[in-house]
This record gives sequence, C-alpha cells and structure tokens, in this order.
Amino acid sequence: MKLREIMDVIDAKVLCGEDLLDTEVLSAYGCDLMSDVLAFVEHQCMLITGLINPQVVRTAEMMDMKAIVFVRGKEPEAEVIELAKESGIAVLSTQLPMYISCGKLYEAGLKW
Amino acid sequence: MSDNSYKLHFDIDGEDFSVAGEASSNIKKVLGKLGVPPAVVRKVAVATYEGEINMVIHADGGTIDVEITPECVKILLKDKGPGIASIEQAMQEGYSTATEEVRNLGFGAGMGLPNMQKYTDYMNVDSVLGVGTTIEMHVNIK
Repeated sequence: MKLREIMDVIDAKVLCGEDLLDTEVLSAYGCDLMSDVLAFVEHQCMLITGLINPQVVRTAEMMDMKAIVFVRGKEPEAEVIELAKESGIAVLSTQLPMYISCGKLYEAGLKW
Repeated sequence: MSDNSYKLHFDIDGEDFSVAGEASSNIKKVLGKLGVPPAVVRKVAVATYEGEINMVIHADGGTIDVEITPECVKILLKDKGPGIASIEQAMQEGYSTATEEVRNLGFGAGMGLPNMQKYTDYMNVDSVLGVGTTIEMHVNIK
C-alpha cells in the first residue's frame, strides 16, 4: 500500500516526506516499545506509534523503515521532524488512536 | 587483521538520551557508503544501537570502536558503568534493570542484549561490577 493511500485510510496529514508518498509499504508494526521494533520488524515496514521522542526516528532508521505514523494527534518537536528528514523517513500524523489506526489499515489490506 | 581495514571510533555522551543513536546512525551511513551489503548493515546498526542505548541508560556513556574488513564487521563497546551483576540474567529476554523513565521512552524492555546476540554472529560480554562492561560483537560479511 502506498503512503498516500495510507493517509486516506487513517485520515492522516504529512509532517515531512511529501516526496516519499508514493513509497510502497508492505506491512506495519503498531508499538510503543522500541526494543520490540528492533527485535521483530521486517523489511519495508511502517511504524505506528504514540511515542514522539527522537529515539523513535532513530529506531526506524536502524530498521530501514520508510515511514512513521504518530497516532492520537501527537506531533513531535521540530528536531524530531528534522531527524526524520535527514534519515529520509516520511512522518504522518493522525487524530485516530492506535487501535483504530491499526484496525482501519488492516481492514484496508495492509496485513502483516 | 586485514591491511585494508577501516576503523571508526565514537565517544558516547551519557548525559543526553535524546542524542543516543547518533553514533550508530553514523556507523550505518559509513557501512552503506563502503558498499557493505544492506542486510549486514542493518544487523550492525541494530546491534550497535542497542549497545549505545545501553551505555546511555546504564553506564553514563562509553566508547564504540568499529573495524570493517572485507570479511567481517567487528564492534567493541566499552563503558565504565556499574557492570552487569549476572550476565546470564541480562541475556534473558524481558529481564531489565532500567528505570521507569527509560521505559516511558520505549526502552528498558529487557531486549537489548538478546537483540545484540540475535543480530550478530559472535558476541562476548565481559563485565566487572564497579569497573565496567566490554562487549565484542562480530557480524560476518561473507
């Protein structure tokens, strides 16, 4: 599923990476535990999280993830967005909570 | 040791959790530029990142040395922290001594050392209470 389709499904806005919206995402991992992300994520995966500290971007970077979705309308500080830009990671934000975001994306066909 | 090896050294600041991961990010970029296969780069990146996070949350910083040869990436993590009381326990998934504050940031789930082992081909942990911890890890390229 392309990032721009994902934006439609969960009514998300883009915080950075407008040029990356045609990137294809094969699966997603919904998690606030970065250690789990580092242990279990597969390739071309998108991170869905409620945490907004810089380590979320670092974790995504280490795992070659192409996109991060922040749920519950959370918006990180500018330095976090800068870090994502430097790392070539698209960042989206949705007002929906984690469970609903994951459910809608799964229903729309973004499976594990 | 190979003649055409490439070495990197980083001092890790233990004061500021927000910059933890900078060294691992740099290592990842250099490995990519050197043409190391992406699967190897990711293994090294995760292993050093977990190590770097550990240094910041447990040991007030330390050093990371990386040596890249055509055959292998060798990583040496050194800190002068409190040491690990039981390496056997620390190697168990889910065992952690991290603070609540660290857990709120998404770490401290007791996956650090197990992850490091999972992503490397060789790992040795040497720790002395009150003196510090040294971890050597190898990721094979070939």
